[in-house]
Amino acid sequence: MSTTTPTAPAEPERKAPAAKRTKVRPGDRIFSGAARGAGISLLAIMAAIAIFLVVKATDALSKNQGSFLTDQGWDPNTAKPAFGVVTLVFGTVVSATIAMLIAVPVAVGVALFITHYAPRRIAQTLGYIIDLLAAVPSVVYGLWGYIFLAPKLLGLHSWLSDYLGWIPVFDKEQAGVTARTLFTVGIVLAIMILPIIAAVTREVFLQVPRAHEEAALALGATRWEMIRVAVLPYGKPGIISASMLGLGRAVGETIAVAMVLSPSFDLSIHILDPGNTTIAANIANQFGESNEIGRGALIASGLVLFIMTLLVNGAARVVINRRKAFSGANS
Amino acid sequence: MTIRPRSVRRGIGFTGLALAGALTLAACGSDDNSSGDDKKSSTKAAAAPGAEAPKGDCGTGKLAAAGSSAQKNAMDEWIKAYQAKCSGASIDYASSGSGTGRQSFFDKQVTFAGSDSALKPEEVAKAGAACAPGQAINLPMVTGPIAIAYNVSGVKDLTLDAKTIAGIFSGKITKWDAAEIKALNPNAQLPGTAIQTVHRSEASGTTENFTKYLKAAAGADWTFDAAQDWKAPGGQGAKGSEGVASIVKSTQGGISYMEQSYAENSGLGIAQINTGAAAPVKLTPEAAGKAVEAAKIVGQGNDLKLSVDYATKAEGAYPIILVTYEIVCEKGTAADKLPLLKSFLNYTSSAEGQKVLAGIGYAPLPTTVADKVRAAVAGLS
Repeated sequence: MSTTTPTAPAEPERKAPAAKRTKVRPGDRIFSGAARGAGISLLAIMAAIAIFLVVKATDALSKNQGSFLTDQGWDPNTAKPAFGVVTLVFGTVVSATIAMLIAVPVAVGVALFITHYAPRRIAQTLGYIIDLLAAVPSVVYGLWGYIFLAPKLLGLHSWLSDYLGWIPVFDKEQAGVTARTLFTVGIVLAIMILPIIAAVTREVFLQVPRAHEEAALALGATRWEMIRVAVLPYGKPGIISASMLGLGRAVGETIAVAMVLSPSFDLSIHILDPGNTTIAANIANQFGESNEIGRGALIASGLVLFIMTLLVNGAARVVINRRKAFSGANS
Repeated sequence: MTIRPRSVRRGIGFTGLALAGALTLAACGSDDNSSGDDKKSSTKAAAAPGAEAPKGDCGTGKLAAAGSSAQKNAMDEWIKAYQAKCSGASIDYASSGSGTGRQSFFDKQVTFAGSDSALKPEEVAKAGAACAPGQAINLPMVTGPIAIAYNVSGVKDLTLDAKTIAGIFSGKITKWDAAEIKALNPNAQLPGTAIQTVHRSEASGTTENFTKYLKAAAGADWTFDAAQDWKAPGGQGAKGSEGVASIVKSTQGGISYMEQSYAENSGLGIAQINTGAAAPVKLTPEAAGKAVEAAKIVGQGNDLKLSVDYATKAEGAYPIILVTYEIVCEKGTAADKLPLLKSFLNYTSSAEGQKVLAGIGYAPLPTTVADKVRAAVAGLS
């Protein structure tokens, strides 16, 4: 460990850049000025947006007759505005959770297949196809979701409620004929975020030091054991980061959810029934016909989404930082 | 001993929410046109002998408008026809939704706003501020019938009344062979399939007008508020008229409300309404026009806000209608926009302009109302 660096040799080295700093060339000065200006202007723009959003939101919140956090309903455009965000938050969290539960294992599997199992040619083609999937616009997923996928998932819905109906979440209260539910939304979102997670994890798995893998194999590990002891631990921070990217898209997805889901503002834990809605989809559905308070209310809900995202990202960062020590990433 | 490079400080990235749909519409100032007479008079009216028809009445310059998406098809047709007639004019209608349109009007970003509902009392002051020193007025311009469209195999010419429609959409009537429906359709072969109601999932003027009808005509059978959002429980929501139509089409036993053109394009059955008149009323532009005619003007002066009698029993009047307005400044429109605004609205409210509507699923304004609209347009200053 080089923490106890002798001071003597360090001194002249530290002086050297200081001496250089005295004769800065104009090009350097212009570039550093431009870079600093870009950084500052970004912060200024962000601050301006944040202030604008907060002002608009507080305006609407102060006129809210109901409770913003617990009300089930969204009536900000009436003379007595009342709106609450609880159903929206619930729908956002549940749909994103379903999406993550499906997408992360599959994406990690796809990435492992491409990096460690597939013959090189197949791996390349598969990689291209995955990148292509990421480029499909979300409105296409939305159309596909409600025209094609939802009717096909009807059978799965009744199967789940028949056999797992004793779990309250899988209990179907409405004898509905539609599968345009939070569950279906979760599946559509999973397909949408799969390519992002797979693409990033693939890159991370490619970074695993060859030495680690060969060491594991030399100790007699099978390929699966090698992946378990060498690749996955090394890639864990990367998998988490990739999942966060995917989660960001899942919670923020707007138009696909708005098209697939049959929304309602009544909170229902039965994910196989149509109902609930998400923050982003609600903004898309309400924005066009909103007056000033309605718009403020939507902005307030957007800020809730913003805070949720920050919290999740913060938690992920903590996990990544803790894992880093064990992963061998700093070897 | 090597010196390690200083670790780059990591900043936490912020992500911004930019919800701003910025409408930047450049305003090209134009001087009064006097030589705006254009040569290619493509209209039939102008081709007739003694053509003093609104031909020389062309505005020039640019006009920005925004609002109701229910008006979109009508506006598109009108703008196309008007610009063909008046080569110097450029009109832009953004179908961003009534609420957004009204807001843009208050912010003076657009010269007129299309809206599914007249200005509400609390909005009048805001609109007045945008028109200072004048006032804003509502001009009914595009009216259209709302079809009750259904998908039941083997059933044609279904007849429903307000009570039954309310029962269906509130979930009290659940089967197609229910006694209430049978009583209205003694000769139809009604299957025992479940009724699947579909409503709009987003806030919309169509929902507002349909629920207004239910509230007015079904009385105690419809206990929910008339609002842009669907308030009744059950059923499934779909986004946009096209979404609603496609869900009904793919759902056996489905029923919903939508603009006529969507029902026809999807090949859905359209119910006729038993209003209490001698015979059930079929949905036609004329039948919807009759209901508009029966509406009372409740606005003051040139404000032509209408109060529709949804419970009308008038012979041949189709009661489920959507009345949309153009919101303009009676006084206080920018001088450089005024000639074009007047000329365009004069065209849209003319017999020629209104005739365009019938072909694309709307109903022309009855002449009595259209005359008043034209008079109000002529009075804009």
